[in-house]
Amino acid sequence: MSDLIKKSASELAALIARKEVSSREVTQAHLDQISQTDSLIHAFLHVDSEGALTQAEMADKNQNSTKSPLHGVPLALKDVLAQKGIPTTCGSKILEGWRPPYDATVVTKLKDAGVVILGKTNMDEFAMGSSTENSAYGPTRNPWDTDRIPGGSGGGSAAALAAFQAPLAIGTDTGGSIRQPAAVTGTVGVKPTYGGVSRYGLVAFSSSLDQAGPCARTVLDTALLHQVIAGHDPKDATSINAPVPDVVAAAQRADVKGMKIGVVKELSGEGYEKGVAERFAESLAILESQGAEIIEVSCPNFTFALGAYYLIAPSEASSNLARFDAMRYGLRIGDDGTKSAEEVMSLTRDAGFGDEVKRRIILGTYALSAGYYDAFYGSAQKVRTLITRDFAAAYSKVDVLVSPTTPTVAFKIGEKSNDPVAMYLSDVATIPVNLAGVASMSLPAGLSDGLPVGFQIIAPAMKDDRLYLVGGALERELSAKWNGPLTHQIPDLVLR
Amino acid sequence: MALTYEEVVAKYEPSLGLEVHVELNTQTKMFCGCATEFGAAPNTQTCPVCLGMPGALPVVNEKAIESTIRIGLALNCAITPKSRFARKNYFYPDMPKNFQISQYDEPICTNGYLDVEVETDEGSKTFRIEIERVHMEEDTGKSLHVGGATGRIHGAEYSLLDYNRAGIPLVEIVTKVVSGTGKYAPEVAKAYVKELRDILRSLGVSDVKMEQGSLRCDANVSLAPIGSGKLGTRSETKNVNSLRSVERAVRGEMIRHAGLLDKGERVIQETRHFQEDTGATRSGRSKEQAEDYRYFPEPDLTPVAPDAPWIEQLRSDLPEKPSVRRARLQEQWQVPDKEMAAMVNAGAVDLVEETVALGADPTKARGWWLGEISRLANEAEVELNAAGISPKDVARIVELIGAGELTDKLARQVVASVIAGEGDPDSVIAIKGIKVVSDESSLIAAIEKAIAAQPETAEKVRNGHLPAAGALIGAVMKETKGQADAARVRELLLGLLGQA
Repeated sequence: MSDLIKKSASELAALIARKEVSSREVTQAHLDQISQTDSLIHAFLHVDSEGALTQAEMADKNQNSTKSPLHGVPLALKDVLAQKGIPTTCGSKILEGWRPPYDATVVTKLKDAGVVILGKTNMDEFAMGSSTENSAYGPTRNPWDTDRIPGGSGGGSAAALAAFQAPLAIGTDTGGSIRQPAAVTGTVGVKPTYGGVSRYGLVAFSSSLDQAGPCARTVLDTALLHQVIAGHDPKDATSINAPVPDVVAAAQRADVKGMKIGVVKELSGEGYEKGVAERFAESLAILESQGAEIIEVSCPNFTFALGAYYLIAPSEASSNLARFDAMRYGLRIGDDGTKSAEEVMSLTRDAGFGDEVKRRIILGTYALSAGYYDAFYGSAQKVRTLITRDFAAAYSKVDVLVSPTTPTVAFKIGEKSNDPVAMYLSDVATIPVNLAGVASMSLPAGLSDGLPVGFQIIAPAMKDDRLYLVGGALERELSAKWNGPLTHQIPDLVLR
Repeated sequence: MALTYEEVVAKYEPSLGLEVHVELNTQTKMFCGCATEFGAAPNTQTCPVCLGMPGALPVVNEKAIESTIRIGLALNCAITPKSRFARKNYFYPDMPKNFQISQYDEPICTNGYLDVEVETDEGSKTFRIEIERVHMEEDTGKSLHVGGATGRIHGAEYSLLDYNRAGIPLVEIVTKVVSGTGKYAPEVAKAYVKELRDILRSLGVSDVKMEQGSLRCDANVSLAPIGSGKLGTRSETKNVNSLRSVERAVRGEMIRHAGLLDKGERVIQETRHFQEDTGATRSGRSKEQAEDYRYFPEPDLTPVAPDAPWIEQLRSDLPEKPSVRRARLQEQWQVPDKEMAAMVNAGAVDLVEETVALGADPTKARGWWLGEISRLANEAEVELNAAGISPKDVARIVELIGAGELTDKLARQVVASVIAGEGDPDSVIAIKGIKVVSDESSLIAAIEKAIAAQPETAEKVRNGHLPAAGALIGAVMKETKGQADAARVRELLLGLLGQA
């Protein structure tokens, strides 16, 4: 194992900038790690070795003319973002073979910053799931324990970081798909403020909730990537036209002195594992010792969040996924000259979508139907407003809110496959954030029985910098205790 | 036995609902930067957004919003301070996303009206058509069904899809129920679409070409027994592609409904397709079970919130209303009411105005457009502005007559040739060798020949019986193959016979 792959993105960028190592060498080291470990982990759906090395060589050539803090550093891209000419499947059979004719805005920004894209990472089909078991191409395994799930939907991106296949990754978070995988793999993931990062080229699951965000093994790396991908995009009407908060400066300052930190009462207690609760309490103690004031706050409507989410997200998904109809791209079944367009659409959708996707399309179609709209979609939107008000009330008293990211550590592959509701509960603490469009980070708080526990920080909209102030401060103390990032404690991967 | 129209309106009261779709003439599509030009090669004006590629997102064309607000203002509508787009969900291959971005319960303009004038038995009467809403949406692509007899999807061998039209901005203008028109329903419907078309044209927001589909009308018609105070079941006739067809479709549906009701049958709520050739409608999709489009607010777009000063600016910049303009022109041209109404009905106002602007005398210009050109347009069953002759041509013809280079009779030949596509007036005249015979010696020779041939008639004229001159003039005109100026022939003839 090359020691290059254990380094953080900021360290690698510095080495590349000083020409002590080339982007090509760094990229090759990560490609080697992928080829050695990915038959076991299955973090990637597509590895673009040739393209990555070409980009790396280009980065080496342009070294002198850049100010990008991540120039030449490799990255793993979740397979839900369009990259021109590169297979993009969203973990679904229905998009098998589709190569987008355009780049997502996030991808354009990465390319402009000289970031090298290694390939596309595995995910629950169309980002629907919390374990990556819903991928049509087989599950991803958690590098901490390969019998366990890496979280989802962005399990591939999180596992790639934890397996040292990439120092940076892009995820997307609709109800926790960045943060829950970060929590159960001991990595850092941020869901930026809704509208903070362009959704153009992000294949939509639930348009009003989806948000792309940065993933890494350290808070500073996450901030550096956040800075690269954030900002207004005229191609996304929901993109916020305002300056991006200085997240990098916040990560470097990493200071909580005088900050008021609110502990959300509703995101604790029953259902939260003992080890999770203990690591959370320890983290609070650290922040208090660093000069923060810890206050308990109540957000009573959070208890309705899961229900509202499972009406809004499937409703939007039922419409967003209607375009997969075999007419223009992707899978086509039954086109033998004897069947009507409707039959081909129906056969294709039946063969191309997995069970969880079908379940949510049916749920959403039902919730939007005439006569049910007010009771389901309409009520869910009202709950959404109430949750937003809960956040506003809480932020009138505190600067950030905190909770455990997930109630449990990583569960075993197959353990919850037949119990969708148990699976949905994995996201009980992360979902309120998406409903309100606020910003949130998960970072490692330690281990419970040898498995990572996540600590969640939630900041008001467009105050993403506060995530990094708090996360940076907590990480400094914890990594001193662990003698490096938590991921360095991962047992060596057993090659199968 | 089918009822006559007179029998229908003696028994039943019609109610109308008119939905007009207008393609805006913006340079780019509703939600992307693709060009909107008509007639480009299939699928050449597309991009990831209007093809509904995974991940692509819509961004609203501000010009389209401006045009829609201007339409709303011209139709006396209230402009919604915060309106929203909604998704209309249904599957169809020519719809790239399998949902259409439209507006549902929060349209951009509401509650307006448009006054239209119709000639009735008691003279010209104004009908107020109330507008329920004006909203924006994107157009779909086009399907071309190949093979099979009908060109319809059923029986076709395969279908071709062209997405050039997908995402072109459409504005839908929906009336409230129009009642109280009685037997004038077909004329009111036509007058409404025509007035609306004139307004849209004056705003410059659309090409308003019905034959190209940039203005499309759906006519909802229902009948109820007179005095019942109820609304009958409606049919929705689509594919009405000319003003004349609007009138025919409404009249035809009234007769068809009445036939059913008279036999004690019920009218089925359905869409019907207007057949241009027969004037009848053919059954389309049943609407008995209302389709569930699962509308919900479009999450990819933020609400449209035009600020008040902008709206006021747009309001103050509106062009002169066509009705106001007509009154002004009537005054300027000194046209009697009835003549003006005839000009409006024939769609001749713009044409006459343009002809006058090119220097023609208003009365003469009007005479040509309402006379010979209208006659030929009627024969060809086309609108006056599609007759094949331009205001420039007419102005030139009027000019040539004034200069004595054409007689009225010759001018009619020139008009017919221009309409037949043989060229502009000057080239037609050159090619056909049309000219007024003004060489007086040959004219006098012809007159003398006529006098010699009809000595008795000539004698009558000499004795002061002037009507007899007609036969001699006729003979001269025949001799000169109609190219002589009849008035000059008369003068010369009377001179030679001592009656000048």
